[in-house]
Amino acid sequence: MSVSSSPNNHIITLEDANKHYLVGTNEVRALNGVNISFDRGGFWAIMGPSGSGKSTMMNIIGCLDRLTSGNYFLEGHEVGSLDDDALSEFRLRHLGFIFQSFNLIPQLSVLRNIELPLYYLGWEPEDSMKRAKELAMSVGLEGRLDHKPTELSGGQMQRVAIARALANDPDILLADEPTGNLDSQTGDQIMELLVELNKLGKTIIMVTHEQDIAMYAKNRLHMKDGVVDWIGSN
Amino acid sequence: MIINKAHIRDISLGIENLLLHKLRSFLTMLGVVFGVGSVVAMLSVGEGASKDQLAQIKKIGSNNIIITSIKSVEEENTTNTTSSFMSVYGLKYADNERIKATFSTIKTVVPVKIVTKSGELAGRTLDLRVVGTTPDWFKLVKRDVVAGRVLVENDSKNSQKALVLTEYGARKLLATKSTIGQDISIGGTSFKVVGIVKSTEDANSSGGVQMPDQAVDAYIPINVAKFYYGDITIKQSSGSSERKNVELEKIIVEVDDMTHVEATSTGIETMLKKFHSKVDYSMSVPLALLKQAEATKRTMNIVLGSIACISLLVGGIGIMNIMLASVTERTREIGIRRAIGAKRKQIIVQFLIETVVLSTIGGIVGLCLGVFIPLLITLFAGMETVITAFSIILPLFISVAIGIVFGLYPAARAAEVDPIIALRHE
Repeated sequence: MSVSSSPNNHIITLEDANKHYLVGTNEVRALNGVNISFDRGGFWAIMGPSGSGKSTMMNIIGCLDRLTSGNYFLEGHEVGSLDDDALSEFRLRHLGFIFQSFNLIPQLSVLRNIELPLYYLGWEPEDSMKRAKELAMSVGLEGRLDHKPTELSGGQMQRVAIARALANDPDILLADEPTGNLDSQTGDQIMELLVELNKLGKTIIMVTHEQDIAMYAKNRLHMKDGVVDWIGSN
Repeated sequence: MIINKAHIRDISLGIENLLLHKLRSFLTMLGVVFGVGSVVAMLSVGEGASKDQLAQIKKIGSNNIIITSIKSVEEENTTNTTSSFMSVYGLKYADNERIKATFSTIKTVVPVKIVTKSGELAGRTLDLRVVGTTPDWFKLVKRDVVAGRVLVENDSKNSQKALVLTEYGARKLLATKSTIGQDISIGGTSFKVVGIVKSTEDANSSGGVQMPDQAVDAYIPINVAKFYYGDITIKQSSGSSERKNVELEKIIVEVDDMTHVEATSTGIETMLKKFHSKVDYSMSVPLALLKQAEATKRTMNIVLGSIACISLLVGGIGIMNIMLASVTERTREIGIRRAIGAKRKQIIVQFLIETVVLSTIGGIVGLCLGVFIPLLITLFAGMETVITAFSIILPLFISVAIGIVFGLYPAARAAEVDPIIALRHE
């Protein structure tokens, strides 16, 4: 089910990916033999009803969870066999997360939130502060640098989250319902920002259930009952 | 471990997090504050109490052995009330000579004879406790001379009726306390006051070790005392009279070196046992008392320290409790950090730093409190307290250790947080 013409250009590949949970005595097959590749520089919208496995897929791609069986290649590495520390390292170097509920750390200022990945990357405080400022400017957060997240509007909070996701200069941005908590106008602004970032070369994989938000992506992937239902391009 | 910029940042981040909940952090810290405070206070009170005791023992001289005449146990038990009965016991002049002649490790031997006689001067009378001794006494027991001189060799040699009064005795008997050269009649014999010495200044202190001359009023040469007063004393009490024949009240032996004290005292005891049919003497070795006091001090420190450690333990549990609550409260934050790429180890370090900062600040505050309390005790209760380097370093060390020990479990709990669940956490 390859989409791109060149297999070398695949940044993410899932092969016969299975993720099964035990809920009580029932086995839930959240992913049931998924085969999919995402091309480098792509912008994907993953859609599907709740329980279709799209969140599970995001967790797997985001190296937050492991497959029960099958293979997951990220940037050519088989990630499934890695231990917790190595997965953390992968998240730190290759991935950026954007969440529906922003997930900023409330006691840290805007700048300190943006700086966080750089802190874990071991940057010198001066350097990471400088980069955090640049990022804040690039997503349009002038004059808010020392505010606490609670003092910001939803759109501003999501901009902070995006700036934080960009701090480690990742190849892939994973966005889980990035506009879910925003009004439509702010949501459009955020989506335009993501489109902009995609044009700059970031691969974006986004989960959404809103058709008009999905329209911003280049490709759509519909999930159903733990398998890929259909794929289409906008 | 070298403290670099990153560590300073980690620590300041920890402090910032603690400052978010000022009251909570403060209350949590109190446990360690009081724990450390009581460790410092108890150690210093214990140290002070034993120092007091040690100082008194040292004053008697750790090189000395004091032998005192006592009624033997057998004699004490036979209640003989007939007036003709006379109890003969205690140390003999011969013992004194024998000890002096036998042991090469002995520097001086001072015999002490005590008689109680009525002293009289210009109509004033006072029951004087008179010590008959040799001039060596004054080498052994240092007394400041207020006026005149102490006894000298010639007083003994020439059987001079020379009398040295203590300041206490002088105050009672003489109109002024520094008049020497007067004649005082003691038990009908006239003595010339040749000098006045200071009394033991802590004559009324309780609990400590008694100085051998604590209740003494006057000193005269021993041969003079023997000649005029003999060895027999008659004590009249409630219709019955008790007669006793005691040659020497005490023999004080000064050993040349501290390391010889134990062997010499054993030797003297063996010798006395040979020449006395009954045990009518008791040996007192200040050095042994010193050692015993030091052992007591150690025990006391351990007991007090353990009690204080329990309060530290309680403080530590308090910290652990709050940190566990904090981990639950900050589950989402932990999830975010983990999603961004923080390793478990880094989460552990973050929470551990907060606990150690909390307990260390608590320790420092407790230290200040612990230094302050003994000052109050000294001021109001008059007890001596001593703060040693040990009693400062130990609690600081303990408070850091408490942070680590009681922080590890909450930190490990934090590290085990599953980011997927944590991020869903509302």
